Amino acid sequence: MEDVIIVGAGVTGCLIAHNLSKKECKVTVIDKNPDVANGASGSNSAIVHSGHDPKSGTNKCKFNLLGNRMYPDLCKELKIAYKEIGAFVVATSPEEEKTLDGLIQNCIDRDVPYEVLTGEEARSEEPNLSDDVTKALSLPSTGIVTPWEVCIAAMEEAVDNGTTLKLNEEVKAIEKKDDRFIVTTDKGVYESKYLVDAAGVYADKIAGMVGIEKYHITARRGEYYILDHKNQFVEKIIYPVPSDKGKGVLAVPTIHGNVLLGPNAEFVEDKEDNETTAALPGLRKDLGKTLKNIPFQHIIHTYAGLRPTGDTHDFVIEEDDKVKNFIHVSCIESPGLASSPAIAKYVCEELIKENYPLKKEYKRRKPHIIMNELSDDEKAEMIKKDKDYGKIICRCERISLGEIKDVIHRSCGAVSINGVKKRCRPGMGTCQGGFCEPQILEILASELGVDRSTICKNGPGSEIFVNPAKEDL
Amino acid sequence: MKNYDLVIIGGGAAGMSAALGAYEKGIKDILIIERDVEYGGILEQCIHNGFGLHTFNEELSGPAYAQRCYELIKDTTVEFLYETVVTEIKDDMTLSLSSEKGYDHIKAKAIVMATGCKERSAGAIALQGKRCQGVYTAGCAQKYLNMNGYMVGKKVFILGSGDIGLIMARRMSLEGAKVIGVAELMPYSNGLARNIKQCLEDFNIPLYLSHTVTAVHGTPRLKSITLAEVDGNRQPIESTKQEIECDCLLLSIGLIPENNLLEDLKVELDPRTKGAVVNDQLMTSHEGIFACGNALHVHDLVDFVSMEAKKAGANAADYILNKTVHKHEIKSIPANGIGYMVPQYTSKDQDVEFAFRVRNIYKKANIRVSGGELDKKIYKLSLVPSEMVKVTLTKEELLKAGDTLTWEVVE
Repeated sequence: MEDVIIVGAGVTGCLIAHNLSKKECKVTVIDKNPDVANGASGSNSAIVHSGHDPKSGTNKCKFNLLGNRMYPDLCKELKIAYKEIGAFVVATSPEEEKTLDGLIQNCIDRDVPYEVLTGEEARSEEPNLSDDVTKALSLPSTGIVTPWEVCIAAMEEAVDNGTTLKLNEEVKAIEKKDDRFIVTTDKGVYESKYLVDAAGVYADKIAGMVGIEKYHITARRGEYYILDHKNQFVEKIIYPVPSDKGKGVLAVPTIHGNVLLGPNAEFVEDKEDNETTAALPGLRKDLGKTLKNIPFQHIIHTYAGLRPTGDTHDFVIEEDDKVKNFIHVSCIESPGLASSPAIAKYVCEELIKENYPLKKEYKRRKPHIIMNELSDDEKAEMIKKDKDYGKIICRCERISLGEIKDVIHRSCGAVSINGVKKRCRPGMGTCQGGFCEPQILEILASELGVDRSTICKNGPGSEIFVNPAKEDL
Repeated sequence: MKNYDLVIIGGGAAGMSAALGAYEKGIKDILIIERDVEYGGILEQCIHNGFGLHTFNEELSGPAYAQRCYELIKDTTVEFLYETVVTEIKDDMTLSLSSEKGYDHIKAKAIVMATGCKERSAGAIALQGKRCQGVYTAGCAQKYLNMNGYMVGKKVFILGSGDIGLIMARRMSLEGAKVIGVAELMPYSNGLARNIKQCLEDFNIPLYLSHTVTAVHGTPRLKSITLAEVDGNRQPIESTKQEIECDCLLLSIGLIPENNLLEDLKVELDPRTKGAVVNDQLMTSHEGIFACGNALHVHDLVDFVSMEAKKAGANAADYILNKTVHKHEIKSIPANGIGYMVPQYTSKDQDVEFAFRVRNIYKKANIRVSGGELDKKIYKLSLVPSEMVKVTLTKEELLKAGDTLTWEVVE
């Protein structure tokens, strides 16, 4: 029997597991997807917001403020990149300036670092801001992370310290019997004392399995463009002033030098409806209000994410009032990524009331070797130690064989083309894997010791090959 | 640190031909750096024939063409360095090399960029729908099939009538796949006429001109696509949308010259070609660095790649021996109907061959080039975007030009 079962391997699920893995506590994480961070945690704006924006008194506000402050140390602990690049919220009209004043008051009340700039002052720092920008709120404590990297690193360390991760496994039923939860999946049956519902857009469905009908979650789709990494035309995150629809359409530099443009927002009925649509080009008009010289000709990819938007209008982070030990970590839309470390801490310290002792020994994950970031001498030294780090597989992003093998052999490691792409980036460049995918497939097959026909783009059913050539003739 | 007279990056048709051009001009100390295990570049996966009609007066397969290029230099002092990637070119002509043997530096008196090109991806055209398995660039599917022996689909639709797409339509048909059709956004084909005939018509594969794929459907694997006719502004017409079942969509929607290294070095690139801006020596804005082949602009025939690369090699030799640097005396401006011009700058020191593409189909039209005292018309029976046009201006004609030359199509 487990102490805790977590349903959902998104950013909150992974960070809760990571937190619990430091204690003498048996944890299993179950996710129906083939990899961690395959839902909203893998497709969002990748921002650690400062906390200037959520309504006072909400969970969103409380956890965002705390989470923002936790991120630098968390990323140091997980040995992943965090960059505090700052953000501008820009106004282009007297009404928008009024909204901006409200945000400034929030910063004062919440102790969020800020600075107010005129349009000219803002443009001198960000020359590609629109000429219509009249006033800007600078938020220097705003940061960026690679969202799936947070999940992967946290889960890797958790698994290294005893957490069980079940991927490609869908929870079909949950029963509360005496003091335990009996969780039935399409592959097995598990029991636990606590059940953490961190199932993203499906959190309402999971809660419904034990008869809880507290909230209803609708997927709200957001679509994005990604620009090639040589076109970082902004250095900070650029937000328009928020509206009742949310934070608006943003320009967000990423850790690796790309720029994300988006999102739009549309409620969709199907919780899997992460299609990009004909609405995507509409982003261009919105972006044109706050920015100029946008290098749309360097778009290399588009994607859509699904926000788990609850009818609660706020995060639900609490033990259920009827079903004891059922913990809701639900309705986590923006600022979910920013809030997640604080949510995980709260869940592990306040909601899972058991006093599990800390583990005496805790294994820390090894940092990745990123050849691109090494000096010439360090590169030479590294290749001398392991020749695989000299063999470049991804020509656009210059990723070596050594880096790819490393992410295949770690706990919570890559087993698919997308898994490798998320963990060390081959395929994230201009050619989008056109050149390196056939090589990645060979590397996966040989490192995992499986037949190449079993290698998938993502999960089961997405095998790369339909059949060897000529076999059907 | 090892020194070379000439370092050529890329061991495909362009790289080997550039080496030949330089060698014939008296440069012996030449190194070709190739990422793959042997010479040939993309030709290795182009197992169809049709290569070499202009250079070798023979119809060869891709690997055979590469072999011929190799044979021309194999008994010379030209050296090959395989399984090695150039990760950086420094301003002082030092190159950083990464391979299993180590991280090394070499220095060159001149460098020829012969790095080829890459394919535009689904992301670049913001293809709508889910990110399902089964959507491939035609060249990637070609590599899987011809190099690894695996098929990425059985029911195939192709978007874009670029040559690789057409070649793959035939290739996948021969391997037992059903190729349902090819959609081309433009009202004309983007591939060579012979490929339309030999790869589509001979296999009864329909070509849908003025059509596009508006969305892909299915998860985790592609199940169908939406095909639609487009209007005069290339916008899909709602009433013409139809869903077509397939498990594979191949994209043949354009090629982009590979210029990572030059971008990092802040060498000037032409937004039209996406290759380097060059003068009539094919020298880039960085003295001593030359560009040729598909890295400079996308060619339709490998023969033309070889011809251009040989010239680049010869010019690099001239630069090494005599420090020859031609001035930017005339700027060529592509105007009405012309997509781009290479070279972008010329001196008035020699005859210059210009290469360019038109943006539409023209019958019985003139190419007009004018500037200063020069106003010349070159009659052409037919002009199509899929075929590169070449025009030579003599030194005398160039002397008549001012500081710009405007190129246009006059019907």
